[in-house]
Amino acid sequence: MLGGEVHWTDGAPSAGAQGSAAAQTRRAERLYRVALINGLLGHYGLALADWQGSSYLLSNRTGRTEIVGDLAQLWQAAERMLGRCCDPLDPTLLERLETGA
Amino acid sequence: MLESAAYLPVYVITGFLGSGKTTLLQRLLAAPELSDTAVLVNEFGEVGLDHHLLRRVDEVIVLVQSGCLCCTIRGDLSAAIRDLYGRRERGEIAPFARLAIETTGLADPVPILSTVMAEPVIRHHFRLGQVITTVDGVNGLLHLDHQPESVKQAAVADRIVVTKTDIATRGAIRKLTMRLHRVNPTATLLAMTIDRVPDATLLLTADLDHPAAGSEEVHRWLTLATAGPNVAGHHDHGVNRHDARIHAFCLTLDRPLDWTAFGIWLSMLLHSRGTDVLRVKGLLDVSGADGPVVIHGVQHLVHPPVHLPAWPDGDRRTRLVFIVRDIARAEIERSLAAFNCLG
Repeated sequence: MLGGEVHWTDGAPSAGAQGSAAAQTRRAERLYRVALINGLLGHYGLALADWQGSSYLLSNRTGRTEIVGDLAQLWQAAERMLGRCCDPLDPTLLERLETGA
Repeated sequence: MLESAAYLPVYVITGFLGSGKTTLLQRLLAAPELSDTAVLVNEFGEVGLDHHLLRRVDEVIVLVQSGCLCCTIRGDLSAAIRDLYGRRERGEIAPFARLAIETTGLADPVPILSTVMAEPVIRHHFRLGQVITTVDGVNGLLHLDHQPESVKQAAVADRIVVTKTDIATRGAIRKLTMRLHRVNPTATLLAMTIDRVPDATLLLTADLDHPAAGSEEVHRWLTLATAGPNVAGHHDHGVNRHDARIHAFCLTLDRPLDWTAFGIWLSMLLHSRGTDVLRVKGLLDVSGADGPVVIHGVQHLVHPPVHLPAWPDGDRRTRLVFIVRDIARAEIERSLAAFNCLG
């Protein structure tokens, strides 16, 4: 983990804009992010949890877990666990999101 | 809000062999207002640069741990920039106000951008200013046809300087301009001849992250991307052309973006398809934000987002420009809409 570097998604616009209606505080925003990501990761059999407000825990169904610091590290870890990239252009994933399955 | 004034801007000057990089640099550095520019060059070319803050770097590529190929850090460059900064801090050299880096003609500029934006020590003192690409007015079309490096150099540019326009035919310049606009509709095109040097201010001072210039710069590239001759779908495919697979488009979204969902989407897209997303530039209407948020990236590298106090024009919708290779506009559009509904 590189540690200490701010990922661009943690930059000022979210704080300035308060991110979304649901995210009034940094903690709420992290939980909101985790909830959104879990909406996606279910498609891959993975799950994410907040870890002490500073990192995230990524797990698969066999119980393998990795600590990740930001979204860049999350996608790298997911790729290691799955053996393939999580592609947001994948039509199967998009179908699932569009139907709310 | 990004406090960019505290960082020294880095201007990367790239361009194919013989396209006039050194000549451009030499002429820019002759301007008294740019004398406080430090320069790093990869090689000393035939055109001599006579500048008191000039250093040469040898090309050594280092792959950062867990990074992808385009996120390589140039170890040599990193050491040279850090050394230069150390000497500036110790008062051993004049306190330069900006750094210009001239690449080799065959270089992929992205590892250089990666070094500036991702190397932990450098990113605390420097920020990326502009990528300036020189294109040979006489042989530029030939380079774009046969040299993939030349296409990439044009695609990642903020400013493209077409050189030798005085010795190329008008028809050739028009064709070249059309091609360059199709590869990169957001770049400002400038001409350089033996007697005419492009505006130094536009090249070595104005940039997106500069507090005073940010809004104007966003307005410039949005106008170029939406009003240019080719962005609406001019297709001139040639089987041997390296830029035939690269295209640009501008998405306009009526619905405000959820910042969190957008960050998840773009970070995921850049992780999986970053080598084919050559550039993303956008002005975002973020839910709950007062002003627009500017997003600006080259492959996997994304500038810190900038929150502008006001919209640069009357249009308050999200506008996102993509320069991509082998990705259809409809794929991006569908995916972004699906992710935005997550929020």
